[in-house]
Amino acid sequence: MDIKVTVNGTTHHLDVPDNTLLVDVLRERLGLTGTHVGCDTSQCGACVVHMDGTAVKSCTVLAGQADGAGVTTIEGIGRPDDLHPMQAAFRENHALQCGFCTPGMIMSAIDMVQKSEGRLDEAAVRDGLEGNLCRCTGYHNIVKAVLSAQDSM
Amino acid sequence: MYQFNYHKPSTLTEATSRMVEAEEGAYLSGGMTLIPTLKQRLAAPSDVIDLSGLPGMSGISIDGDIVSIGAMTRHAEVAASDAIPALAELAGGIGDAHVRNRGTLGGSIANSDPAADYPAAIVALDSTVRTSIGPIAGGDFFTGLFETALREGEIVTSVDFRIPDAAAYEKFPNPASRYAVVGVMVARCGDAVCVGVTGAGPHAFRATALEEALAADFSPGAVDGVAVDSSDFNADIHASAEYRAHLVGVLTKRAVARIG
Amino acid sequence: MATETGIGASVKRKEDARFITGAGRYTDDVGQHGQTYAVFARSPYARARLNGLDTSAALATDGVVAVFTGADLQASEVGDLPCGWMVKSKDGSDMVQPPHPPLAVSSVNYVGEPYAVVIGETLEAAKNGAEALDPDFEEQDAVVDLATAAEADQIHESVPNNQCYDWELGDKAATDAAFAQAHHVASIDIVNNRLIPNAIEPRAALGEYDEASGTYTLHTTSQNPHLERLVLAAFVNIAPEARLRVISPDVGGGFGSKIFVYAEETAVIWAAGQLRRPVKWRAERSESFLADAHGRDHVTHAELALAEDGRFLGLRVKNKANMGAYLSTFASSVPTYLYGTLMAGQYKTPAIYVEVQSLFTNTAPVDAYRGAGRPEATYVVERLVETAAREMGIDPAELRRRNFIQPADFPYETPVALTYDTGDYEASLDRALDHADYSGFQARREASEQGGKKRGIGFSCYIEACGLAPSQVAISLGAGVGLFEVGEVRVDVTGSVTVVTGSHSHGQSHETTFAQIISDKLGVPFENVTVLHGDTGRSDYALGTYGSRSLAVGGSAIIKATDKIIAKGKKIAAHMLEAKEDQVEFEDGSFNVADSNQSLTFGEVAFAAYVPANYPLEELEPGLSEKAFYDPPNFTYPAGAHICEVEVDPDTGVVTIEKFVAVDDFGHVINPMIVEGQVHGGLAQGIGQALLEHGVYDDTGQLLSGSYMDYTMPRADDLPSFTVDTTVTPCTHNPLGVKGCGEAGAIGSTAAVMNAVTDALGVKDVPMPATSETVWRALRNGGNG
Repeated sequence: MDIKVTVNGTTHHLDVPDNTLLVDVLRERLGLTGTHVGCDTSQCGACVVHMDGTAVKSCTVLAGQADGAGVTTIEGIGRPDDLHPMQAAFRENHALQCGFCTPGMIMSAIDMVQKSEGRLDEAAVRDGLEGNLCRCTGYHNIVKAVLSAQDSM
Repeated sequence: MYQFNYHKPSTLTEATSRMVEAEEGAYLSGGMTLIPTLKQRLAAPSDVIDLSGLPGMSGISIDGDIVSIGAMTRHAEVAASDAIPALAELAGGIGDAHVRNRGTLGGSIANSDPAADYPAAIVALDSTVRTSIGPIAGGDFFTGLFETALREGEIVTSVDFRIPDAAAYEKFPNPASRYAVVGVMVARCGDAVCVGVTGAGPHAFRATALEEALAADFSPGAVDGVAVDSSDFNADIHASAEYRAHLVGVLTKRAVARIG
Repeated sequence: MATETGIGASVKRKEDARFITGAGRYTDDVGQHGQTYAVFARSPYARARLNGLDTSAALATDGVVAVFTGADLQASEVGDLPCGWMVKSKDGSDMVQPPHPPLAVSSVNYVGEPYAVVIGETLEAAKNGAEALDPDFEEQDAVVDLATAAEADQIHESVPNNQCYDWELGDKAATDAAFAQAHHVASIDIVNNRLIPNAIEPRAALGEYDEASGTYTLHTTSQNPHLERLVLAAFVNIAPEARLRVISPDVGGGFGSKIFVYAEETAVIWAAGQLRRPVKWRAERSESFLADAHGRDHVTHAELALAEDGRFLGLRVKNKANMGAYLSTFASSVPTYLYGTLMAGQYKTPAIYVEVQSLFTNTAPVDAYRGAGRPEATYVVERLVETAAREMGIDPAELRRRNFIQPADFPYETPVALTYDTGDYEASLDRALDHADYSGFQARREASEQGGKKRGIGFSCYIEACGLAPSQVAISLGAGVGLFEVGEVRVDVTGSVTVVTGSHSHGQSHETTFAQIISDKLGVPFENVTVLHGDTGRSDYALGTYGSRSLAVGGSAIIKATDKIIAKGKKIAAHMLEAKEDQVEFEDGSFNVADSNQSLTFGEVAFAAYVPANYPLEELEPGLSEKAFYDPPNFTYPAGAHICEVEVDPDTGVVTIEKFVAVDDFGHVINPMIVEGQVHGGLAQGIGQALLEHGVYDDTGQLLSGSYMDYTMPRADDLPSFTVDTTVTPCTHNPLGVKGCGEAGAIGSTAAVMNAVTDALGVKDVPMPATSETVWRALRNGGNG
């Protein structure tokens, strides 16, 4: 099937098998390997991207469902010399260790802050990170990073 | 995933005929259950029919004391709506943020997962499930484990909920999956009290013994001493049937206390 | 040199730039032209004979390139997967090691054991091929229960009573005598629950064979690529080490589970050679659950003998440890030398006797998981001490205090074969009590009770033996390899520095910490130091990352190499400044001649090393690049005090952690930010074991907790923010005075949580994990779940 997806601002016309997942479009077809796959039951959140401005698990979206959509991945939000405030907050607060969950964690956190009405407190951040697993940090510094990023976003 | 043909029909008629034509069709709404199932090769549909292109299937409207929610309305949208606060609270506790951004009301109830949240509201609130064929009373909708009153090819288009005088939803989440180990929706409509229970049994049901006790005395204490029959309750590594039965009582009390 | 980037500074990490922008490069991100995809066929049975395997339909499947079975590997003389540590039984006999072919040949012994690999042009084709395999299994009764495994059906022909070994440590007679004098004996029967490691990056491998050079290259998710290469070369017979390169690129967490050499990468690299094409495999999470080595899984009876004043007189431990179906790479050492040796804890218990029977069952192999043996030992000691305190009516903090090894006692030789070099256990406990506001606990408990809740507090004063390991000791106890580390410091012509370490970083932040050390020692800017790791083509033979050893052993190797750099720099400087070598001092990045104003910068000396004009070549080689191997003289002994406070909802049994305090002594700290992060992660895993995580098999050996739908991973909303602090007694025998911090959180925390839960409930024990139903039942029964 033919799909059109705009990823990080660039529009791609792709011919993909019907049973293709969005995450495979990103990783295998577009080489955007910052989006990771950590599970097969749509729980871990390593694959979170923004689709039309909303955080989704790209392992649980078919390519056909993304046809016509705008997708933003971790590669599309900032560069080392021009970081997104959430990326900067993760670095500043040591909110990552092995880095594998980090892209999904950052994409989820950005969506959480953008969608929040008023300031998030610790409990709200912890609740909002329910769909992202991290095995390294114990979440302590991730929570700190998200709380601090909301001031700079 | 096995191979399948993906379709995105633009009318209800086209969707149902795709289903009829398919060797083995599957409707796709949010995909929060279907896609993981496909990924693990636990299902092998020949055709996947995406309902997201159907017009008029999404959104929340209020007409008098009836709230109508389109089947393709995402959980996040219901969670943000103040039409029925208890329903918003329920929707806001489904899965995680990403599930709520994609998952839909129609997809959830059509699957009749015993641990899904929405079914508690379908049975507890005076609801009508509207479909491509006709209306089904909420109380008649769930018929078994992963079974509903939907006929072959029938598509849920919307659900009407009568706004209760007061309602509250209490959920005890599975610590791993975050589905409901038990979820209880308590609703008052005039003198009537409805207690919808999900998670505990093979499908959502109304706890009539609790309803009778609460109709006589709407207080948390009225729940004490009401036996919850757990004979057909679910049991797994997270909760035995006995514990689920206990939780039905605890959550009902908490919901009643919150309604006041 | 105290600077913003030197030792002791919370420098932001070098690694982060790539990870926060999606530029990390993990094994699954590496692709090669013409690569094929591997899918493993796995046993659906816990125990079955494999009487035949028809591969014809699989081979005929569209897109299938090849199918290899266990018999194919055997015919090609692919060796078994070995266990690297020989443990001997009480009677002096060697442990019994069943054959462990990478792909099962004639029998399968756990659900998920691979018996064939299908290679496809696409992943989908390989999956289709795997489904088309037609194995002839004859199912047999599975042995699942550890407690009764010795009396159950014999799993392996060569292993009577399913016993791997029956090991002992300590003086039995002296311990029995101590018990005979006891005023009080506290005893516990506890289960250390099976855990499934769950690094968020699943294991993966990409094997390649280059025909021109006859060289194999394996990219894989290994914590120790040299060990991987050694096993693949020496035991599996893939190729000599010189023609086998193993690369561990960015690795998404390990926690022990990526130490081991597994069937999958073995089959992948071998298949790449057979096919002359790259072969790639990435585990799906369900495969990780089934086939990553699991952790813990002990059943233990333990007793503590006390004098009337609460002094510990003796400790007796009788333990059964589950090995799973086969011996994984270091499985045998975990419940023995990493467990029994820790039974003294922080206490002057004069007599200790430990017996460990390790048994095979039809479950996934069990091996080291964060802490490896030391969490299990801490759980025994600290649950027992708390139990004794309650039974004797002594405050649990006070009972510990009465028995602590005192600062003046170091070096302290324990009755279980270790010599602790240093520590101040009371200092950590005092600090922890302070943070925990212990004196305010009763008031908080009463407040909880008024709200219908139950509140409890629990302690855990743990010790660990880290910095694995003195080779001489380890080899004498059965290790098959040395446990030193290598470090290489290459000063570039322009004065920048490349450090090559054998320690692999998969979250531990070596690229930052090691750069801080170099920057500090050589006075070069932090930005100019680059740390390389994870590639057998880059570093000398090295042992990799496990056992909280990277800084204590790998860092010490780097220090040794740095000392050699400085020594050589002095020679060069002496020559350039026409001074005597012993007059040259190195300080703050410059070489100075004593009692003069003559000085050269580090950069000037580096340049001279590579531009050797007017150089005394007969006395001095050009270049400034040094390497050192460091073998530690002793283990390091991080220790600390963890205090957990919980509240229990008696209606539902839900346990909430209200406060968690960890005060640890890691010796000197290079980067406090990184150390705190390591502690946080360890705490989450230890708390996860106590309250959430459980690898559960049913009676037929099917894994019931085989996905994130059923295995409870700690999530952000399950955990509190932690209170973390450190005290410092420097390690006495390594150049940095460091002890290691990677495992402490997981070692100490579990017992603190369970002591708090049992305190809240007023019961002796609750089985782990203390799930809501378990706690609810304990409350109803007033006892064990």
